Amino acid sequence: MTPKNKIYPSVDAVVADIPDGASIMFGGFGGAGFPNNLIQGLARKGSKNLSVISNNCGTGDGELGILFKNQQIRRVTAAFPGPGATYFQQQFDKGEVELELVPQGILCERMRAHGAGIPAFFSPVGVGTEVANGKEERVIRGKRYILEQSIGADYAFIKAHQADRLGNLVFRKGARNFNPVMATAARMTFVEVDEIVEVGTLDPENIVTPFIYVDRIVVAKGLRYV
Amino acid sequence: MSKRRLTREQIAERAALELPDGACVNLGWGIPNLTAAYVPKGVTIYFHSENGILGMGPRAKKGEEDFDLVDAMKVPVTLIPGASFFAQEAAHVMTRGGHLDVCMLGGLQVSERGDLANWRVPGAKGAGGIGGAMDIAVGARRLIVTMEHTSKDGARKIVKRCDYPLTAVECVNTVITDLAVIDVTPEGLSLREVAPGFTPEEVQALTEPTLRYSGKVPEMPIKIQ
Repeated sequence: MTPKNKIYPSVDAVVADIPDGASIMFGGFGGAGFPNNLIQGLARKGSKNLSVISNNCGTGDGELGILFKNQQIRRVTAAFPGPGATYFQQQFDKGEVELELVPQGILCERMRAHGAGIPAFFSPVGVGTEVANGKEERVIRGKRYILEQSIGADYAFIKAHQADRLGNLVFRKGARNFNPVMATAARMTFVEVDEIVEVGTLDPENIVTPFIYVDRIVVAKGLRYV
Repeated sequence: MSKRRLTREQIAERAALELPDGACVNLGWGIPNLTAAYVPKGVTIYFHSENGILGMGPRAKKGEEDFDLVDAMKVPVTLIPGASFFAQEAAHVMTRGGHLDVCMLGGLQVSERGDLANWRVPGAKGAGGIGGAMDIAVGARRLIVTMEHTSKDGARKIVKRCDYPLTAVECVNTVITDLAVIDVTPEGLSLREVAPGFTPEEVQALTEPTLRYSGKVPEMPIKIQ
């Protein structure tokens, strides 16, 4: 059986059908592993009223910055918006963008749960802090926990080092970060890669994200913002 | 006799002495991050980063940076033998799950029962950011807070009760400042060391809760120029 062709000719073709109001997860941390080409493509496409989920909120015009600059984002879920997130901060101060601030490990664990079919889980993180506001608290084996809801999205935009033509992914060093878990938590996962290789080339022991989670692949030269 | 408080680098130098050989350690932003430079010779520490690295070595030399190999402060780093890569959620299995031996965070306030506030100054401009601090504070087997003993305007930062937004409750084991090393115990705060030239009474005057100590409190083994 011929596998479905997941390989797209251009970044713009990958994002061509992203509707207004979509929810999108974006991988990346510390300048590494951001799907910057897909983000630039989404900026060109101009989809508005987006609900985004990412560790941070951009570095100047880079990473998510361009989407805030273009006022495409209505709501963001993040752990650390960041001092370089100029456009987000301006819009946050004016009340133009809604923020849900989430502890970083809980942000990825909520994704992991969603991808794994777990609707909610009890966590010790944030107990006794403002993160616990409005959440159910329960004592389990003598310790306090709060109930955290899983989090999913319509799309995940991620960055990997290599994909094979089926969509198996290999990452590079600290650029792995949020990318694999986001691939499991979105209905559709779009990945930009440095290189596409033939099926059977990647060592099965080294594949981090199996192709089952990947829908569209595009080769794009890495863009980086420091 | 010197009456100079420790510099940030000297706080880091003292804090580095708390790291046992072979420990897996996460360092937060600020003074904690400076600590890596002061690990004593012959001691191997496996530094952990939230983006999925265990076994970070020193900063990469100029011209040899790999920007896929960065720490949580975006600084290009190197690896030591035995290092590994994993994903963000696995990095937080380590923080939250109690697998890291020692974690160090900066602090805005620490309370006498070991509550920590370190992520937002009330009334400050902007959205603030939690990052990995809450997961780390909750899960660390041993949490050390490194900070200046008082704020820039002289306010005491070791308090009976934190009035800044909390990072986690009852999480701090030890506070290392420019004036003292203080352990959080079930009986209250215990003064373990003072900065060279300072007396326990002087440290107490700048600390809101009562400090427990008996006899002569040793000075930190830090050379003051």
